[in-house]
Amino acid sequence: MTKIFNPLGRTMHRRDFLKVAGASVVVVGLPAAVRAAEPVKVLVWSWVPDLQLQVDMFNAAHPDIKIELVNAGQGDPEYQAVRAGLQAGSGLPDVVQIEYQHLESFRQVDAFADIGQYANAHKGEFPEATWKQVAKGDVVNAMPQDTGPMAMLYRKDIFEKQGITPPTTWAEFADAAKKIHAADPNVFITDALFSSGDWVTALLWPMGWKPVSRDGDKLVININDKISKDFGAYWQDLITAGVIETKPGFNNEWYTGLDTGRYATWLTAGWGPVFLTSFAKTSAGQWRAADLPQWDASKFATGNWGGSSLAVMKSTQHLPEAAEVAIWLCTDPEATKLYTTKQFFFPCTSALLSSPEWAGNKMDFYGGQPVNEVFAKSANAVTPFEWSPFQSFLYQSMSDEFGASIGGEGTLSDAFDRIQDAVVTYAKEQGFTVA
Amino acid sequence: MALSNSPAAATRPARSGGFTSRTLAPYLFLAPFLLLFIAFIVAPLVYAFYISLYRDTLVGGRQFAGAASYVKVMGDAKFWGGVWNLVLFGIVQMPIMLGLALLFAIVLDRGQVYAKGVFRLGFFLPYAVPSVIATIIWGYLYGPSFGPFTQMAKAFNLPAPNFLSPGAMIFSLANIVTWEYVGYNMVIYYAALKAIPSDLAEAARVEGASPWQFARLIQLPLLWPAILLTIIFSINGTLQLFNEPYLMRFLARNTVNSSYTPNLYAYSLATSNQQYGYAAAVSFVLGIVIAGASYIFTLITNRRRPEQ
Repeated sequence: MTKIFNPLGRTMHRRDFLKVAGASVVVVGLPAAVRAAEPVKVLVWSWVPDLQLQVDMFNAAHPDIKIELVNAGQGDPEYQAVRAGLQAGSGLPDVVQIEYQHLESFRQVDAFADIGQYANAHKGEFPEATWKQVAKGDVVNAMPQDTGPMAMLYRKDIFEKQGITPPTTWAEFADAAKKIHAADPNVFITDALFSSGDWVTALLWPMGWKPVSRDGDKLVININDKISKDFGAYWQDLITAGVIETKPGFNNEWYTGLDTGRYATWLTAGWGPVFLTSFAKTSAGQWRAADLPQWDASKFATGNWGGSSLAVMKSTQHLPEAAEVAIWLCTDPEATKLYTTKQFFFPCTSALLSSPEWAGNKMDFYGGQPVNEVFAKSANAVTPFEWSPFQSFLYQSMSDEFGASIGGEGTLSDAFDRIQDAVVTYAKEQGFTVA
Repeated sequence: MALSNSPAAATRPARSGGFTSRTLAPYLFLAPFLLLFIAFIVAPLVYAFYISLYRDTLVGGRQFAGAASYVKVMGDAKFWGGVWNLVLFGIVQMPIMLGLALLFAIVLDRGQVYAKGVFRLGFFLPYAVPSVIATIIWGYLYGPSFGPFTQMAKAFNLPAPNFLSPGAMIFSLANIVTWEYVGYNMVIYYAALKAIPSDLAEAARVEGASPWQFARLIQLPLLWPAILLTIIFSINGTLQLFNEPYLMRFLARNTVNSSYTPNLYAYSLATSNQQYGYAAAVSFVLGIVIAGASYIFTLITNRRRPEQ
């Protein structure tokens, strides 16, 4: 038999060599064959509670794609992780939950992939203003998951006691504010959340405010325009008259205030109704929903507060699969319907917004009123809005300057001037060309 | 005088200039601490210094700026405003806190206190409460609409106190920090008092000194090194204040702005402004300010008390 050299120093025969060679081919080739059949792993960062339910539905329906869901923090902590990953060049997920207001900040650092080729087919499934948040022309970076159109939740019993009809315009709102506080000094028509930049933005939104917009490669910064001055003057009147409070929200004092009737209204978003039921237990049955007060009764327009999207990162190794994940989680009829019943999201697909089942859902907390209808009407009246590429900074500047004005340093309109200066300085420092 | 057949002579290394386990042992014992210290304190400090020499911009990325950030910090009104807030805070809070701690330590040391152990534990317990929890508790107590003090005031038809107004915020924060750290300082003083020889107390009693004279003329001077230590710790801690103001923001965002204290300013620069280099520069300048303040303080106190 032919002898073949063997590095171990033992002689080997050809038959044995062929046996060993054949076995090693199978051993090496098997993982490759198995790998080819293995599903593509798509890493999703999201803080949506119980999203695993929708993820399981997806995994069952897609044998070739497997979602790995990780909660990397809620809001800011997750964004910091994303920024760290962008700096490090590694450690990023394929799909990440990003609130609409911060999409532009991440577009600025080129964090997203363009999934237009997969997503544009679904453009018609969302209201126009919602789609414009995630897409610029044909370039789509994210899919809308939930939104927060603005309306007003009010205490029917407090208004009835004073014989006031719920206001439909801001002029009526101011009148009602004065009447309510005059009748009972412990009751205010609302707690104006000036410490929350996003609440203020939601109210300026339907007025056509364009704080920071792009003009070619220049940045147009128009924070202290007539719109914001009118807005500032309106609320300053109410503050000076002492008929509203301006304390921060989402803390114990505020929850108790809403529950015990210290505040007669809450100007809030689509996620508000369910959220209110979680902490305002003793006032159940007294709340109702109405449209957001309007500046111009003939032009119904609203804004948006909150809501997030699922964005696809540019660094993803599996673009088609990641796009499929983002699109499915935001458009699949069963999955999106589950959001409204399990996670109590405010839906953003036109199908759900107009579905009688969801919109007609009567809630006992609101005296049997189908409050979703009010917010669905608002969702279709949200006007387009452009976010700045440094929204965190703009919000912080707003909180600081409004806080200073409320503390006595000038009026709210002066605050807008100071914010304008701060933002222009910051934009120039950051290298933007300011028009 | 070591004799040649003493144990010390027997353990001297047989060869000079060689590594034996005896010379290596200290380093081995220190190694775990040193590794963690270098990894989590020294290395980040070096990295922070490195990025403080750069500017982060949204357009154009990271650019070398040299000392420009440091020059900017020196002229930054927000930074020095925050430092000034804390100087005011410290002037009010440190004497009260250290005075109370001294008083408690001396009284507890007397020996005539009933249920001494309970008091000792009680004074120290706030220090065991994490500052986050403490601030949340105090935030509830301070609540201007529904807090207990407000409810009590309403029950007596008095105007409700507003602990969270711009004028009161420094004192409210000082109250929380005092509550947290009186116990800690008291323990340091108590330990130092225990180190005073008891024959001094006997001698004082024999000589007819009153407890007040004993405390003022004997205990305080002997306690001086411990007092010095706690003052320097307090300067250090006060100028770095972050937890309490940060948590107070959730209740009083209008009063506690993003540059209320220097550390809060550095935090908002990093998280909201994405100006990491500048935040690092702010942190280093703060460190220099703290070091300077401590140094000046020790200079003043050394000059007043000549070396014995």
